[in-house]
Amino acid sequence: MGFFFEVLIGGLLSGVLYSLVALGFVLIYKASGVFNFAQGAMVFFAALTFVGFQEVLPGWTGLDADSNVVFWLAFVLALAAMIVLGILTEKVVLRPLVNQPHITLFMATIGLTFLVEGIAQALWGANVRGLSLGIADEPVEWIMESADILVSKFDLFAATLAGALVASLALFFQYTKVGRALRAVADDHQAALSIGIPLQHIWAIVWAVAGFVALVAGLIWGARSGVQFALTFTALKALPVLILGGFTSVPGAIVGGLIIGASEKLAEVYIGPFVGGGIEGWFPYVLALGFLLIRPEGLFGERHIDRV
Amino acid sequence: MLYREAGQFKVSYQEDQQIFPIRQDRVGFIAILGFFFLAVPLVASEYWLQAILIPVLIFSLAAIGLNILTGYAGQLSLGSAAFMAVGAFGAYNFMLRVDGMPFLVALAIGGLCAAVVGVAFGLPSLRIKGFYLAVATLAAQFFIVWALVKFPWFSNNSSSGVISAQQIEILGFAFDTPVSKYLLTLGIVAVLALAAKNLVRSTTGRSWMAVRDMDVAAEVIGIRPMFAKLSAFAVSSFYCGVAGALYAYAYLGTVEPEGFNLDLSFKILFMIIIGGVGSIMGSFLGAAFIVLLPIFLNVAMHALFAGSMPAGLGSNLELIIFGGLIIFFLIVEPHGLARLWQIGKEKLRLWPFPH
Repeated sequence: MGFFFEVLIGGLLSGVLYSLVALGFVLIYKASGVFNFAQGAMVFFAALTFVGFQEVLPGWTGLDADSNVVFWLAFVLALAAMIVLGILTEKVVLRPLVNQPHITLFMATIGLTFLVEGIAQALWGANVRGLSLGIADEPVEWIMESADILVSKFDLFAATLAGALVASLALFFQYTKVGRALRAVADDHQAALSIGIPLQHIWAIVWAVAGFVALVAGLIWGARSGVQFALTFTALKALPVLILGGFTSVPGAIVGGLIIGASEKLAEVYIGPFVGGGIEGWFPYVLALGFLLIRPEGLFGERHIDRV
Repeated sequence: MLYREAGQFKVSYQEDQQIFPIRQDRVGFIAILGFFFLAVPLVASEYWLQAILIPVLIFSLAAIGLNILTGYAGQLSLGSAAFMAVGAFGAYNFMLRVDGMPFLVALAIGGLCAAVVGVAFGLPSLRIKGFYLAVATLAAQFFIVWALVKFPWFSNNSSSGVISAQQIEILGFAFDTPVSKYLLTLGIVAVLALAAKNLVRSTTGRSWMAVRDMDVAAEVIGIRPMFAKLSAFAVSSFYCGVAGALYAYAYLGTVEPEGFNLDLSFKILFMIIIGGVGSIMGSFLGAAFIVLLPIFLNVAMHALFAGSMPAGLGSNLELIIFGGLIIFFLIVEPHGLARLWQIGKEKLRLWPFPH
């Protein structure tokens, strides 16, 4: 039973990472109806920019490479880069495509994926880089002693960080002026426009916030498995999460991520041996697909009504 | 001046319904076919045939397949490469396990295998649409590639699922030179493309388009959405499957399941975006564009930087230009190269006296 819980908790914690990526999708989808396939590329871009700045900053400023100043400076610069990227995306890609069918916008973001991946690697090189957040990836001792389950300190830290991020986003949406405008836009574009909310500013802000979420996700993923091209594939894992949770629901993204993370690990361990292993790659999709057949709008999604 | 339909009267319904109503179009079409069937094999070098023309033709076929599903029936699919894999491995297994299996029959059976799998993965489209469906087709992409690697029976117990395509032989004639492979591919692609062109003009094709434009309204006027969607999945997968079998037999010779990865699916999707969504002609233009672009970029960059280029920059530049072009096309000309071709033809009809 201890082993079961270990797998379960490991899965849940990796699910937190999926949730983080899915969160970026949901934010943009809610506000602008764009299914942003480039979210994974943004995660990659953010992590690579952060590591890149960490490498070059000591040379520019003469600071010690391990100092906190360099860490936070790199963080701020990477965040600035993400915000610029978000605003540019809104201005160059989305604004000319307003009122186009959803499918066109989706394909534009696939193009954006390639563009962002290319730019990231052209700027910073394609080497795999390590990224350290100063938290060791070792089991927490008191849990190991009391319950005999291995839980990584790093995973707990990541979960806490993700929780804090979600909480602060919720507060931002609920209690600030910009947040209220964001919710209004998400609810009804035209009504929001008619009461004077500048739609395009809001979109730029949403993309910037999604960039911030991508940066946090990129840092955690990067510290976990190195900053490398494979980070872009996190976007693919976030898709079944979205299906489970519903495209428009922030809590859905979190719960969906946890379910996907846990079930894929459990499936790998308990079903995998019967069919030759390696089912982690497609199991979430099949799970999501099965789920779709029962509840097409996801766990927390809005019911869709067709009108002719 | 030359491209005018003045004086060409249609006196029967048949004439009104033909694919190329204008005589110049018919002549041009036959001239193009003649050029590719007769002139190209005589002048093209082995490199051109093997590395450019054959892949362009094969990808055109796959793009037609995806275009039927996405462009005509409006069901976004990200799994076309997986259906190509089914076609390739299906044809391979029938060639391997049935004695004296004719190649063309194996090709068709490979396509049918893909069609069956396509229908199975198309079933969710009855309940879900749009992005949800795109994710469902991703399930097909990952599951099929995984299954082909994991079950060695599919690849005749070869390591990591690599298969070597058998010799192509039709009625005792061996297709082993680039020219003969090219002609075979061209013949198959021409026949299938013509069939597709006619199919999309038929009742079936019109019901696909009705479902694409608004499925509830289509249902109201008496189109069965289930039949329309599933038939689109079947036909589309059949085309992708045949393309996949040709990819293995006429182009690469040895393929592995991992070769039919998500990147290939995206590549085919880009072909139809750039070529023109909902256009058979556009599938050819898009495939040619996507195959030729990297080659052109490579040559251009070698000419520009001549060896002083940092390693890896080339592939990144390719990514950037690819992505940029996709966005550019979607913004400037959402209907793709096919639309430019159409505009060109309309301009030509008025030239040189536009008033």
